[in-house]
Amino acid sequence: MMKPTHTFKTEAAVAGYDHKTVIQGVSLVIPNNKISVIIGANGCGKSTLLKAMARLIKPTSGEITLDGKPVNKIPPKQLARVLGLLPQSPIVPEGISVADLVGRGRFPHQSWLSGWRKQDYEAVAEAMEIMDITELANHHIDELSGGQRQRVWIAMALAQQTDILLLDEPTTFLDITYQVEILDLLTDLNRKRGTTIVMVLHDINLSARYADHIFALHEGKLIVEGEPSEVITSERVNQIFGLNCTVIKDPVSGSPFVVPRGRYHVQQEATS
Amino acid sequence: MRNQSIEFIMAGRRKRRRRWSLVTGLLVMLLVILCCAMLLLGNTIYPIQDVVRALSGESIKGVSFAVNTIRLPRMLAGLFAGFAFGIAGHTFQTMLRNPLANPNVIGITSGSSAAAVFCITVLHANGAVVSAASVLAGLATVTVIYFLSRGRVFSIGRLILIGIGLQAMLDAVISYLLLVGAQQDIPAAIRWLTGSLNGSQLDELPPLMIAVMVLTPVVVVLGKHLDLLELGEQAASSLGVHTDKTRVALILSSVGMIAMATATTGPIAFVAFLSGPIAKRLVGAGFSNAIPAGLVGVNLVLGADLIGQFAFETRFPVGVITGILGAPYLVFLLIRMNRRGSL
Amino acid sequence: MNSSSLSKHKEIRLYLPKHFTKVLMICIVLLGVCVIASLVLGSRLVRFQELMDGLFHPDIDSYGANIVRKRISRTVFTLFCGAALGVAGSLMQAVTRNPIADPSILGVNTGASLFVVCGIAFLNISTAGQYIWLALAGAAITAVFVFGIGSMGRGGATPIKLVLAGAATSAALSSLVTAIMIPRSYAMDQFRFWQVGSVGSANWNAIVTFIPFLAVGILIALITAPALNALALGDEAATGLGVRTGVLRLVAAAGGIFLCGATTALAGPIGFIGLLSTHVVRLILGPDLRLVIPMSAISGAIILTLSDVCGRLLGNPGELEVGVVTAFVGAPILIILAMRAKVRSL
Repeated sequence: MMKPTHTFKTEAAVAGYDHKTVIQGVSLVIPNNKISVIIGANGCGKSTLLKAMARLIKPTSGEITLDGKPVNKIPPKQLARVLGLLPQSPIVPEGISVADLVGRGRFPHQSWLSGWRKQDYEAVAEAMEIMDITELANHHIDELSGGQRQRVWIAMALAQQTDILLLDEPTTFLDITYQVEILDLLTDLNRKRGTTIVMVLHDINLSARYADHIFALHEGKLIVEGEPSEVITSERVNQIFGLNCTVIKDPVSGSPFVVPRGRYHVQQEATS
Repeated sequence: MRNQSIEFIMAGRRKRRRRWSLVTGLLVMLLVILCCAMLLLGNTIYPIQDVVRALSGESIKGVSFAVNTIRLPRMLAGLFAGFAFGIAGHTFQTMLRNPLANPNVIGITSGSSAAAVFCITVLHANGAVVSAASVLAGLATVTVIYFLSRGRVFSIGRLILIGIGLQAMLDAVISYLLLVGAQQDIPAAIRWLTGSLNGSQLDELPPLMIAVMVLTPVVVVLGKHLDLLELGEQAASSLGVHTDKTRVALILSSVGMIAMATATTGPIAFVAFLSGPIAKRLVGAGFSNAIPAGLVGVNLVLGADLIGQFAFETRFPVGVITGILGAPYLVFLLIRMNRRGSL
Repeated sequence: MNSSSLSKHKEIRLYLPKHFTKVLMICIVLLGVCVIASLVLGSRLVRFQELMDGLFHPDIDSYGANIVRKRISRTVFTLFCGAALGVAGSLMQAVTRNPIADPSILGVNTGASLFVVCGIAFLNISTAGQYIWLALAGAAITAVFVFGIGSMGRGGATPIKLVLAGAATSAALSSLVTAIMIPRSYAMDQFRFWQVGSVGSANWNAIVTFIPFLAVGILIALITAPALNALALGDEAATGLGVRTGVLRLVAAAGGIFLCGATTALAGPIGFIGLLSTHVVRLILGPDLRLVIPMSAISGAIILTLSDVCGRLLGNPGELEVGVVTAFVGAPILIILAMRAKVRSL
């Protein structure tokens, strides 16, 4: 299968809300067909950057371009066929069935009045299979657990069949089991379809394990990017989060693993 | 495997579609029955063939007047106003994701009503002026509520509180206008504060009918966009919906219909509020509920008007009946929302 | 040692804001102006000589003097009602720890109306002394009902839930009121006289009936004020300070319902006075209920009297119900409160 290629980048993007500038000139290029993770301390502008990339907020200066065109200039539906976003807390409508909700992700591919066509059913079925929720198709969304709901939301974003998928903290509020499960499913998606994934994650160790590429933000600026092994070092983590830590090798994946050091419970030999 | 899952999903959707069609069909049937009842029933019950002949323009002594001048306008006013309230109420509730955020509760109907009363009692205007003023006042009320409730962070709760405050003020204005206009008789007060079909006249109806016929297609076509707005601003926008434009178009068409209906019948209590949730109950989610909500609105208005006219010794205006029927449901809904913690 | 520290807690000194005397003077002057306006203004403007005749020369029997005499009872009654509503608002806000609790917003007025209408329609009741008990019963039942619905679910009784529960209940009850009235023209006349006449229908009889309720209500308010101050810190903190919160709530709520029920019975439904007066006072003098309660009595009286005068002038040659005027001037307070509220606290 041909893997889709796009150039998706930000150039000195400045963005924020009302009078508060959060992102202060970020330039980055999203690597194609890879999983990129944006990390940073609370309030550093991770979500804001992601929203600006999905043109939910307009940058006050600088540009965010997809294949050379500023995202704000691309007609919304056309953009939505290439670039999808899963917001941090989508709203659950009452009483809707799982299949219908996933089907709403087909909007950018449908004309104004048409119902579901063959390719819509195909896409919905495929998305639900990937997220392993086919048997829930005719259940009401209100009946599902938090982990199942999150899979439904991701399935909706998958049904959109975009080459690039942005996710804003897809694992927040989930138990650790579900977090790993969701990240595995996203990796499946990336490997099978070559979907470029950009997400904001809170957990630095899961980021280090699942990311191909990490962007680290600090106070609205990109301070370092690269493979996890380059970015996640004890000096860098200190710089990004202001956290004193030791970085060891994750015994399972071999990726870097951050062990924080507080003021207590620190053994003498580990301080060296 | 893939075909199996497609078949599974299709089967579910077919089932929901069948339910939608069935319920909509039943609602239309009920509507037709109620319309006939509105034409046939009255102080005197005329034979059906006489009623039909009178409607087709033949002049029959007594029948023609009763049917063409009293019953037909009353029926048509109920039909179109009910539909307008139902469909517009549903639009607001879905757009703001809260059944309580509907034109009845947040004062839009009161705004239109106040404008209509002002035109009628103070300016002695009628027809087009009243309609235009109602629409403008409805839009002005929406705008004021919107700007006042914007704050630093938009919140539905704030919007509802402000709407209720505005409604109290607007109702005070209506009471004042009725007093100044020396129209402070009970029927006028009831019409402009709770709604009534009494005294509907055929020549007052065209603006409402045109509004409903022109704006309903707009709302229906935007139904898919509305469904996405229900998922939240960000989700809708990332799926390619022009959220601002869609919202403006939906608000304009809903307020247009509501204002016309209010200028004709007064703000019939609770119809805009009840229709959407009832339609959703009956139809389920998955397919656009705009049309079913409109049909439920018609059935509510016509049914309540028939009850008000004939169920008791005294004739009650339709708004009193819908008010009594609707309020327990509002209380029920509040209790349920409180339990879900969605307030 | 323990008991002495407790008693110290109870005797926290009443802190008077520096501008208190000034505020009090202004209030008293305003009150005086309102009283004079209420005596002089109306569908017929009274001349100074007529005012003097009406007030001080009971033997002079001129048209103007008689108008003044009629307006005296009306003014006294209005002052009492305003004071009662102001205090009722403060009490309810303190009891529910909720800035928008007001008899009209909680639907209590409509509850009282429904009971009065039922009394007129089904029990042939026609005197103020009888209205009052029905209205109290209606007010109490509605208050409990609305507060019950409003405090279900997460977060207890938040303003938005209370408002909606109150609005829903009001709508239902007022539809019932209309439904009961329409077929009974005699009841309708009497009810409309009760409702529309509002403070205008006042006579000395009604005032005499009203005084005990006013006195009891205000007494309760003043006695419970220090404990209510503690309640403002939360139920747990109040219990820690030695307040029996259950008893306190019951007594203070009873006081509030006494005041607004009695007012509704005699003057018809009048909304938003409690909200308006209490918030104005709190804005100027701070949250200490020992000051807020008496001052909102005064400000309530001022606002209601002013509204009544406005109603007379606006409605000329007839009269605009005072409840209409107070809704128009009081509802903006609700809007402002909603605008300023933090999203979470809604």
